[in-house]
Amino acid sequence: MEPFVSLTAVAAPYYFADVDTDRIIPHRFLRKPLSAGYRNFLFHDERLDAEGRERPDFVLNRPPYRSARILVGGRNFGCGSAREGAVYALQDRGFRAVIAPGYADFFRENCMQNGVLPVVLDESIVAAIAGQIQASPGSTVAIDLPGQAVRAPDGTRHRFEIDPSRKEQLLRGLDDIGLTLQRTAAIDAFESAYYRRVPWLRPVALRQ
Amino acid sequence: MCAAMTMFDKIWDMHVVGEREDGEQLMYVDYNVVSEGPFYAFNGLRQEGRGVRHPDKTLAMADHYAPTTGRDRGIDSVADPEARVMIEQLAVNTAWAGITRHYGLTHPQQGIMHVVPAELGMPQPGMIITGADSHTSTNGAFGACGFGLGASQVKHVLATQTIWLRKPKPMRVWVDGTLGGGVSAKDVILAIIARIGVGGGVGFALEYAGSAIRGLSMEGRMTLCNMSIEAGARMGMVAPDGKTFEHLRGRELAPQADEWAQAEKFWRSLLTDEGAQFPREARLQGDAIEPMATWGTSLDEAGPVGGRIPDPGSFADPGRRGRAEKALAYMGLTPGMPIADIQVDRVFIGSCTNARLEDLRAAAKVARGRKARVPAMVVPGSMTVKRRAEEEGLHEVFLRAGFEWRDPGCSMCVSANGDRLAPGERSASTSNRNFEGRQGRGSRTHIVSPAMAAAAAVSGRLADVRDFL
Ligand code: SF4
Repeated sequence: MEPFVSLTAVAAPYYFADVDTDRIIPHRFLRKPLSAGYRNFLFHDERLDAEGRERPDFVLNRPPYRSARILVGGRNFGCGSAREGAVYALQDRGFRAVIAPGYADFFRENCMQNGVLPVVLDESIVAAIAGQIQASPGSTVAIDLPGQAVRAPDGTRHRFEIDPSRKEQLLRGLDDIGLTLQRTAAIDAFESAYYRRVPWLRPVALRQ
Repeated sequence: MCAAMTMFDKIWDMHVVGEREDGEQLMYVDYNVVSEGPFYAFNGLRQEGRGVRHPDKTLAMADHYAPTTGRDRGIDSVADPEARVMIEQLAVNTAWAGITRHYGLTHPQQGIMHVVPAELGMPQPGMIITGADSHTSTNGAFGACGFGLGASQVKHVLATQTIWLRKPKPMRVWVDGTLGGGVSAKDVILAIIARIGVGGGVGFALEYAGSAIRGLSMEGRMTLCNMSIEAGARMGMVAPDGKTFEHLRGRELAPQADEWAQAEKFWRSLLTDEGAQFPREARLQGDAIEPMATWGTSLDEAGPVGGRIPDPGSFADPGRRGRAEKALAYMGLTPGMPIADIQVDRVFIGSCTNARLEDLRAAAKVARGRKARVPAMVVPGSMTVKRRAEEEGLHEVFLRAGFEWRDPGCSMCVSANGDRLAPGERSASTSNRNFEGRQGRGSRTHIVSPAMAAAAAVSGRLADVRDFL
């Protein structure tokens, strides 16, 4: 996983409430191997017309936003299906961070698992940033993870909260499984106590 | 330590393996369910040289890509080469992982990943059940915490039998009274979502309570818990009772006779204690719930079938107003129009929300002796449902009424296997999501109960099912 420390990049507005993952990536693309490249599937049905041509008015197709690496979204971003492909598509198109007033749980966790930073800021601040990047397309937003701050195009700084261990993981680009496997002894101990309580659920490996 | 506890707190707390300083907890997982989707998880494990901790604690189903015709031709029924790879890959991956409970395309118990586990007696009170799909919440019907995970998290569960999570807060949703004729669990959950909103359950684990909920069958409770995710909650539960135990008795994965008494005692100890506090509660009157239908592209854009499409201008919240305006433009509908006048092009009866035997019975009751005016298809949730329905002759009722009778799979719920709407086409569908493009590019979906869907099929519009009973 690529570490995330800080990022100054063009931000693209996609400031709608309750954007579901079906919109971010239609289900039919989820059968593609990762090696196929997921960048083209991002917002596929909104970005392209029925003949597969780019719609010039779709925000990510407009020249100032083509190089965007930060997406500014609305509340409950990434709701609906748990599909991790939504994050693969964002990431493969170059997005390393999303800024929104809030996320669906799955989406936020899928971001964390893939080194994409889901920044949460107050609705009014997100609305202001969305307004600024719409008013002057191509302007940049800076995200500083160690300092937990976002600098908006107008120069204002906004602090955001993030779990310390998630922050650490993103900063170091660490994988969750490796960390958990260091606790194997605790899992073993849990299992032996747990299955004394619910013996009918004992897995094959723990039956003598 | 004798403070009154909710069922959710009891279940959660007994699964905590460890904790981090930030408050995330390492949770032990009783069972995990996968379908063809999370192939990334298996590929990752293989690349990283990691194995599966308890292969007998994962069930695998071919469902999303399973074609709903030509099952007797086996894998050759899968016309799309990519879909075929998805189904074959699941067999290869489960064999690699040592997962023997693989219900592949030709397995006699194949079916949707949220339908088959209950048939096996897998979901049991007190369990934590994960799945590579958000509708794993369905298992909450049995008094379990069931929730979906993304592929990376599924990989974590496979490797460690645990998952890092932040504990949600419990929320109780009461539905009192009794449900009227023609009103089903589907209408109850649509009414709940219309009340609390699609974000109303975010950060919460729901417990459904009250006499109308107790009155639901296990299948109805599954429909209810299935759509908890559409209210923003990751999980929803119903306390176990006699119906739960009756369902479990004798099933393949349920406790066997010699362990039953111990298990039942444990299950009974899980109920929410008298006086337990819920940080949030909502209350609906069951008698006031009418057959429902969605009119927009979000699950809270729904109303009673006897009502009219609201004027978005009447919504106080500007976000909601904008969303509704956009939804009506997409759906090709106008404010003020009676919902029952909406003409549909197709009807889909199926999905993990509503493709169990009880659902098919409810639809067949309406279809019996009538004729479909628009193309309609019935896709049973599993091979077991299909066989049982055929034993009862339900397939003949549907076929005589001009409905198609298909093989099990996710089908038109997700347009994954060729079953989809053409752009602009409008469906009455018993599935769970009415999002833009969910049933095919440009598709327009109205979510309804099985009986309402059958009424739509025989009338060509979103008719009130009570006129057909
Ligand atoms: S029927 Fe639909 S919602 Fe259910 S598992 Fe299949 S695709 Fe998901």
